[in-house]
Amino acid sequence: MLGDVSETTLRPVTSPDGGPRNPDELAAALEDSGYLPDEGLATAAYLAFAMHRPLFLEGEAGVGKTALARALAQVTGRPLYRLQCYEGLEASQALYDWDFGRQLLHLRAAEAAHATGSAGSPDDVATLEASLYDRRFLLARPLLQALEDSPSVLLVDEVDRADDEFEAFLLEVLSDFTISIPELGTIRAQTPPLVVLTSNRTREVHDALKRRCLYHWLAHPDFDREVAILRRRLPEVTEQLAREVARATAKLRTLDLLKSPGVAEAMDWATALHTLGARELDPDVAARTLGAVLKYREDTDRVHALARGALFGG
Amino acid sequence: MLGFARTLRHAGVGASPDRVEAMLAAVGALDVLDPSDVYWAGRLTLCAGPDDLDRYDAAFAAYFAGEAPRPARPAGQPEQRVAAAAPLDAGSGEGDEGEQPPETAGRASADEVLRHRDVAEMTVAEREHLRRLFALLVPASPMRPSRRRRPSPHGAVHASRTVRRALHDGGEVTRLLHRRSRPRPRRVVLLVDVSGSMSPYADALLRFAHAAVRAHPAATEVFTVGTRLTRVTREMRLRDPDEALAASGAAIPDWSGGTRLGEVLKAFLDRWGQRGTARGAVVVVCSDGWERGGTELLAEQMARLRRLAHAVVWVNPHKGRTGYQPLTGGMQAALPAVDSFVAGHSMAAFEELAGVIERA
Repeated sequence: MLGDVSETTLRPVTSPDGGPRNPDELAAALEDSGYLPDEGLATAAYLAFAMHRPLFLEGEAGVGKTALARALAQVTGRPLYRLQCYEGLEASQALYDWDFGRQLLHLRAAEAAHATGSAGSPDDVATLEASLYDRRFLLARPLLQALEDSPSVLLVDEVDRADDEFEAFLLEVLSDFTISIPELGTIRAQTPPLVVLTSNRTREVHDALKRRCLYHWLAHPDFDREVAILRRRLPEVTEQLAREVARATAKLRTLDLLKSPGVAEAMDWATALHTLGARELDPDVAARTLGAVLKYREDTDRVHALARGALFGG
Repeated sequence: MLGFARTLRHAGVGASPDRVEAMLAAVGALDVLDPSDVYWAGRLTLCAGPDDLDRYDAAFAAYFAGEAPRPARPAGQPEQRVAAAAPLDAGSGEGDEGEQPPETAGRASADEVLRHRDVAEMTVAEREHLRRLFALLVPASPMRPSRRRRPSPHGAVHASRTVRRALHDGGEVTRLLHRRSRPRPRRVVLLVDVSGSMSPYADALLRFAHAAVRAHPAATEVFTVGTRLTRVTREMRLRDPDEALAASGAAIPDWSGGTRLGEVLKAFLDRWGQRGTARGAVVVVCSDGWERGGTELLAEQMARLRRLAHAVVWVNPHKGRTGYQPLTGGMQAALPAVDSFVAGHSMAAFEELAGVIERA
């Protein structure tokens, strides 16, 4: 799945589950899929593979935390299951739920058949009861799906938005990758899924959960990488425009704004400029498209006051 | 590797044994002889947050350059931004001489005083007195509606419970079951000023904070404010108030130093508040509003806080004095963004404060 690597490679070679054999190989594969990781991120993702440990990603919004999980799924050819966390998330939405409606229908259908047929024995009742808790009446939610469809990539997005109770529960699932359903038995992943947890730090996630994970802080990319990302993701944007957008975005990040623009905003901006037919970033068109990159009125005001010429020139 | 872990612990990164074990596994999966691989293996497994990263980098550089672990360096590097000792601003309260304790004039310097507070220096009688009073105080938490539901005799029909019940009854829906939203405690964030001018009250305010954390550990956050921002929630979760105070005393590097309210408030909002800690929360600022330098930043940040928080409460111990007028520049700047302005100088005032927070 990752292409052959020559035997002359100097890195230690371990090949867990036919996955990548060293960080560089994974980085190359990710680059082919359109995601450009830096050294730390490639090492982190590789270790997540090799050590079967969840990868805990923190960083500003829009630096590509969620995109990494997608790229990893693409690179490994595994299916991606995404669990978006929010306050009030319950086990029945994350793990599994019984499809009560269908169970009821099944019961009624059995009753109808029974009324026309012969009298039932105690055995029939037991069979009927057992048939009510059949796998087909079980609605698998992302966590269960990821374990059943092994090997897979599981993305637990914005885990800081879920509440404490859910965190403890997640810990239980992530520590041994099994889920026990009282009516059905224990479901175990044949190969542990590659788990990526993301957090925006709206809340401090519990140490117990972090301890089981590899921790990586995802920073904004440097200038060259950002240009490369823009060029890669938006091939229609000219080289010059990409460089100027990356330079202006980097300058905006130094301004101590309420919300610093991430890579996602830089891409939005470049797309907006391209849509307007701009081939380079001049102050006028920059001022008109500022809404793609700044999301607070205070920030826009400040940049308007500061900018003209200074920020977007050359 | 174990020596490196020790260096890290000295630098303030909590490299616990299981993390070290994970690091060894990570190094094993990579290349032991490649410094960059060792760096990343350690950083990915031993660090737990962005605060750890700088310390990790420094410790890594020091250790692998051959330096021995240095004993107990203060956690984190001293900030470079040490303001010059400028005279007090004309607008910061000269109009009210009685409000400024004489000994603080000299101490209200913005120079950072990296001093550790020794709680053991309090007299036994004082400690006993405070403990007795604060043991009686159990601040109730303000509540908010949540998305979680609970079974209830009234409210919306709980479809899955109703059908589950019907399955037990042989497929017959005999009665409808209901559910409604469960109220949850609203987050309370306490920002306690521990600068020199507040030192007579900081102990009592931290004891109040401890009582609040003890009542609702998951829904309360405590930060101290001086020349820098320190999160002491973790220390405050210790059950015993004296231990909690001692632990936070050790964690606060700027005890009895100067104040940079505006800057520190901005740091709080940038790093915690805007991300979610202050959103929809009751934010309690405990300070006398002595601000060094200009107050525009403080006014701006208070307005920002007001937009994020559910309610902003300002506690000023001096408000309890008769004839007090909020004339300091900082107070003047902050008051437009404050919902309730209360005193915090006596036990009665703390009880009142608890009530204000509960009803906020």
